[in-house]
Amino acid sequence: MYPEETGPLSQRLLRDSHVEQVNDWTKTASVRRARMIAYLVTFIMALLLYLVFSAGSGTLWLWSPSELLAGFLLSLLTAAVAGKVLCRGKDYRMANPVRLLILPVYIIGPFFIEVTRANLDVAYRVITGKIRPGIIRVPSGMKTDFGAFLLANSITLTPGTITVDISEETNDLFVHNINVPAGWETRDTVEARELFGLANIPAWIRRIAE
Amino acid sequence: MTAPFDIAVFILLVLVCLALVRLVLGPTIADRAVAVDTVNTLVVAALILLGVVYRQVIFIDVAIVYALLSFVSTLYVAKYIGGEL
Amino acid sequence: MIAEVLAVACLVIGTAFNCLGIIGLLRFPDVYTRMHATTKMTTFGSVFTALSVIIYGAGQFLGTGDGQYITLSLHTVLAALALAVTNAIGSHAIARGAHRSGIRPAQAVVDRLGEVPP
Repeated sequence: MYPEETGPLSQRLLRDSHVEQVNDWTKTASVRRARMIAYLVTFIMALLLYLVFSAGSGTLWLWSPSELLAGFLLSLLTAAVAGKVLCRGKDYRMANPVRLLILPVYIIGPFFIEVTRANLDVAYRVITGKIRPGIIRVPSGMKTDFGAFLLANSITLTPGTITVDISEETNDLFVHNINVPAGWETRDTVEARELFGLANIPAWIRRIAE
Repeated sequence: MTAPFDIAVFILLVLVCLALVRLVLGPTIADRAVAVDTVNTLVVAALILLGVVYRQVIFIDVAIVYALLSFVSTLYVAKYIGGEL
Repeated sequence: MIAEVLAVACLVIGTAFNCLGIIGLLRFPDVYTRMHATTKMTTFGSVFTALSVIIYGAGQFLGTGDGQYITLSLHTVLAALALAVTNAIGSHAIARGAHRSGIRPAQAVVDRLGEVPP
């Protein structure tokens, strides 16, 4: 009832969201349970977002009672309307709070260091004009979609590299590098680990997403 | 003490004008799309700073919505460039 | 006072990186290298200007206890997050579209994607 996600990842990321058709006669207990979890996750996410947006409105710690009530009711409504659309997969791994807590640690810690280094590098190349561009092939090695998504985004924002495309068969990333190090132009593939200088970004992403 | 924010908003607007130069010059459509994307980012940053300058939180809400809408338009332009639309 | 100094420092860093990004946009030879300059540097610069607003709001909140400053900071956090995520995905989409439309990277020493049959 949940068709396999096919096609290249970039198309999956860019594709418009659509509502799955669910036949009535397939509603078993497990399906109902999965749907309950989907509603619950959507409800909690919507409530958190509402609380962040309305913080500072009143005296009840930070919120006013009417805002809290409105947030609760609107989150229920959002879960009822959008629960099926937002949580389409069967995979609720990312709803685990521990993983959601590692994510900000990753962003503030190793990711921020790499972004700073990359920006200083590109600033140097903007000023001096020394570039040696090229597109290299990097096997992603991620099993889940979210992992490949995080890796592609991290590569785009970090060290002088932009993810251009993703191979349909092998999930390899094609990465445009502004300064290809000497010797890389003759190699078929380059490991994702080698793109990052200081921190082991792929290991962090594997810890978060897999 | 919002004077530094005023100056920063002015600099960002000058940068927007410089990005528009690339928008006019750009030899391919992709260059123009990149220039528009840059202008969007700079406008979001300027809106955030204007929220401090005018002491209105609504500017920042507008900035969030602007960022998300410009993202959608960027995706559509990219799809059009790639010939998938 | 410390918060204000930090906020101005972040503001200077962010504006400087934005300037460098625009110079790169005007100076680099082809669309991919321009994208390097704009995506990385204007995202970084804009996130830093947002960070200065966050620090300024937090400092004012601690100084005055006014609830609207914490609203300012939290909304700016969300705006910065939206900016970082959407810029990365958007630039990836433009790069993919550009390569599909036949634009080859200028001065490239290697082009593994161009060797793959479409």
